[in-house]
Amino acid sequence: MTIDHFTSETATPHGRISAGHVSRRKFLQVGAAVGGGLLLSLRLGLAKDDAFAADAKEFAPNAFIRIGSDGQVVLVMPYVEMGQGTYTSIPMLIAEELEVDLPKVRLEHAPPNEKLYGNPALGGIQATGNSSAIRAAWQPLRQAGATARIMLIAAAAQRWNVAPASCSAKNGEVLHEETGRRIPYGELVADAAHIPVPDHVELKRPDQFTLIGTPAKRLDAPAKVNGTAIYGIDARPPGVKIATLAQSPVFGGKVKSVDDTAAKAVNGVRQIVQLDDAVAVVADHMGAAKKGLAALAIQWDDGPHAAVDMQTIVGELEEATRSPGAVAQNIGDVDKALAGAATKVEAEYQLPFLAHAAMEPMNCTVHVQKDGCEVWVGNQALARVQAAAAKTAGLPLDKVVVHNHLIGGGFGRRLEVDGIIRAVEIAKHVDGPVKVVWTREEDIQHDMYRPYWYDRLSAGLDDKGAPVAWNHRFAGSSVAARWAPPLFKNGLDADTTEGAIDLLYALPNVHVEYVQKEPPGIPTAFWRSVGPSHNVFVTESFMDELAAAAKQDPVAYRLALLDREPRGKAVLALAAEKAGWGQKLPERTGRGASLQFVFATYMAHVAEVEVADDGMVRVRRVVCAVDCGTVVNPDTVRAQIQSAINFGITAALYGKITLANGRVEQANFDTYQMLRMNQVPAIEVHIVQNTESPGGMGECGTSAIVPAVANAIFAATGKRLRKMPIDPNELKRQG
Amino acid sequence: MATTISINGQKHTIDADGDTPLLWVLRDILGMTGTKFGCGMALCGACTVHIDGVATRSCITPLDSVGSSEITTIEAIGATPAGAKIQKAWLDHEVVQCGYCQSGQIMSAAALLKDNPHPTDADIDEAMSGNICRCGTYLRIREAIKQAAQSS
Repeated sequence: MTIDHFTSETATPHGRISAGHVSRRKFLQVGAAVGGGLLLSLRLGLAKDDAFAADAKEFAPNAFIRIGSDGQVVLVMPYVEMGQGTYTSIPMLIAEELEVDLPKVRLEHAPPNEKLYGNPALGGIQATGNSSAIRAAWQPLRQAGATARIMLIAAAAQRWNVAPASCSAKNGEVLHEETGRRIPYGELVADAAHIPVPDHVELKRPDQFTLIGTPAKRLDAPAKVNGTAIYGIDARPPGVKIATLAQSPVFGGKVKSVDDTAAKAVNGVRQIVQLDDAVAVVADHMGAAKKGLAALAIQWDDGPHAAVDMQTIVGELEEATRSPGAVAQNIGDVDKALAGAATKVEAEYQLPFLAHAAMEPMNCTVHVQKDGCEVWVGNQALARVQAAAAKTAGLPLDKVVVHNHLIGGGFGRRLEVDGIIRAVEIAKHVDGPVKVVWTREEDIQHDMYRPYWYDRLSAGLDDKGAPVAWNHRFAGSSVAARWAPPLFKNGLDADTTEGAIDLLYALPNVHVEYVQKEPPGIPTAFWRSVGPSHNVFVTESFMDELAAAAKQDPVAYRLALLDREPRGKAVLALAAEKAGWGQKLPERTGRGASLQFVFATYMAHVAEVEVADDGMVRVRRVVCAVDCGTVVNPDTVRAQIQSAINFGITAALYGKITLANGRVEQANFDTYQMLRMNQVPAIEVHIVQNTESPGGMGECGTSAIVPAVANAIFAATGKRLRKMPIDPNELKRQG
Repeated sequence: MATTISINGQKHTIDADGDTPLLWVLRDILGMTGTKFGCGMALCGACTVHIDGVATRSCITPLDSVGSSEITTIEAIGATPAGAKIQKAWLDHEVVQCGYCQSGQIMSAAALLKDNPHPTDADIDEAMSGNICRCGTYLRIREAIKQAAQSS
């Protein structure tokens, strides 16, 4: 049974990606037994396991690599693929050192196992997020590849009775150069399994890279263009029923009563499952389930949040910014510097709740049985999926099997397990497997949202216009405090403040405070570009305000503050030059810049916008300059920047989740709009080449673009937008 | 009530209500999961199939409206000249990211190219603006369509 697979066929023309490998479970048990850290779950001593050696016929030097006697290389992916290209870039890191042909490797989703697959960049949690995969994998996965290569070379050298140093590896073979002899890896696996794992491996120098730095083709692309790629929503265990659900329209509400007479009469409806705060219709197919759901008459007890609206939420946040918060950064004496400043600038900013709206609606397939539970889903935090399912099903962890899948858009939504808990709750009432698929309306109205933010800033300029004081206090939800409580200390966490502190600019007096204020009943979550999605908009907009107050060019103003940050200065200068900064533009057209250092990557954007007389904004062109250190795959870098820019423009133009009477007012893509083909700007990406450690790439384009667009609108119209999304009413031509 | 429809050249007899959207017939009854669910209201294009060669949102197409028309899905579009060119161009331009919307994008693009072998930018906007890509791969989609058109 190939239920745990990437594609619905066994192979695609190139870049085979599938799974369901007979010896995998055994391998993992072994790996878990030795209990190695993330780095290498060593098979040291396993050669004595005769049963394993006898039937496995494969070489598995660590948790990421298996090589079969047929030469098939299987790479186990500790970071999930949700579009960002990890299932190409991570294999590139391994293959660079393992010396195998990238298109011939086969990929497998890692199972839940925090010991083996925990993310060292996220405190050991088995999660893909915060643009951390390459940063986390850069050393360990190249080491994993190099270790395996050295063991294969040692096995060949032993067989030939030559020094390992006289052998090399290439294209899945060990080669003895003097004699021209060669052995494919597949013929070495049994011997390599007996070779002691080396304590130390030399990694290639950048000038020796043959794969890293090249635009290697995506391994997941063929299956994604011919319809065979399998996402969580495509899981079809035998006998699966389809369910859809209605959750309490007010967060925290309960089901009062349900009349399901009409729903049960719908052809294909099998069962109605009533939970405390949701009702699900189980049917033969989604068409019947949806029809059944529409036929339900549900009375809700709205609970304590029935009156929540935006005025309440924003009012509470505004109020919160009037009292001191936790000090995130203090440099010098801001109060004194402000008192002595020649010019003072003050501003308040607001950013809305945002939904993730991944194209693959929320879904999870579950089969609960007396002695076990099986889960099929695409999720960014797999060990949490297993733990949540076990807890909800009332089963021990080892009785829960989780099959991860390709993810049809993550953006932070699938770092959460609310959908898994919900599906298990439903599945406990269903005989056989059930796939719970949320309608788009449920997906948007029961998302966990990017927090609403309220910011208050003041700054002081000296008589030449240079900033002498920077004072910033903001209030909103800390996602980290809920998601990983140990990360929240003394009222602060590194995500909430990233992009608000440690600005690149030379600022002699800085004071930044955060006030944690959770919205009433509304769940919040990480959203693409996380903390910086808020902070960079505020800080880069405000920096633009300071330049305007100083009557200086906003790029020149920034550059003058960047002498101690050459990499940051270089990307801003590059973006400005390539964008033709300073060249004349037509009326109501303008350019805006932004600069950030977040996710360990330097990025500058110059956006060019056009504002129509009716206030409608069109982003015509974006020029991005990026220094993310070593580039693993330049095409992926370009693709991610293009993607992140469009994601950010969508938020700037449309992104807004609002509540009235405790209910989310948006429901589908008509009321929660997305950027479309006819609105996309031209995007140019300029990559700075160097050999610094790699930085994150999946998210930075999003946080950087929103302020660049707002600053461009200021340049085009003179109107400063301090609240997102853009309101065209504020931008109508006057008179 | 049983309804017989033709999908990718094969006849299938479906026992479901006539108002069942074609999307669920494909995905849940026949197990053809290449066609995707995105919105259920013809707002996103993820569910696009061809009905007699015309790009159609299967999420709002009732089973009983199909009649004797020929349905083509992503699983078979590569067998058409336009579909094959589009799929190749998608790979050449590394269009996909999460990939979830791409079945629908490819079906819309293949219908465009079949009817209009040399589309302008405006034609592409017109044909493709009904398909949302949350990963924002639009620029590459446009380039891929242009490449496919050049090879027509």
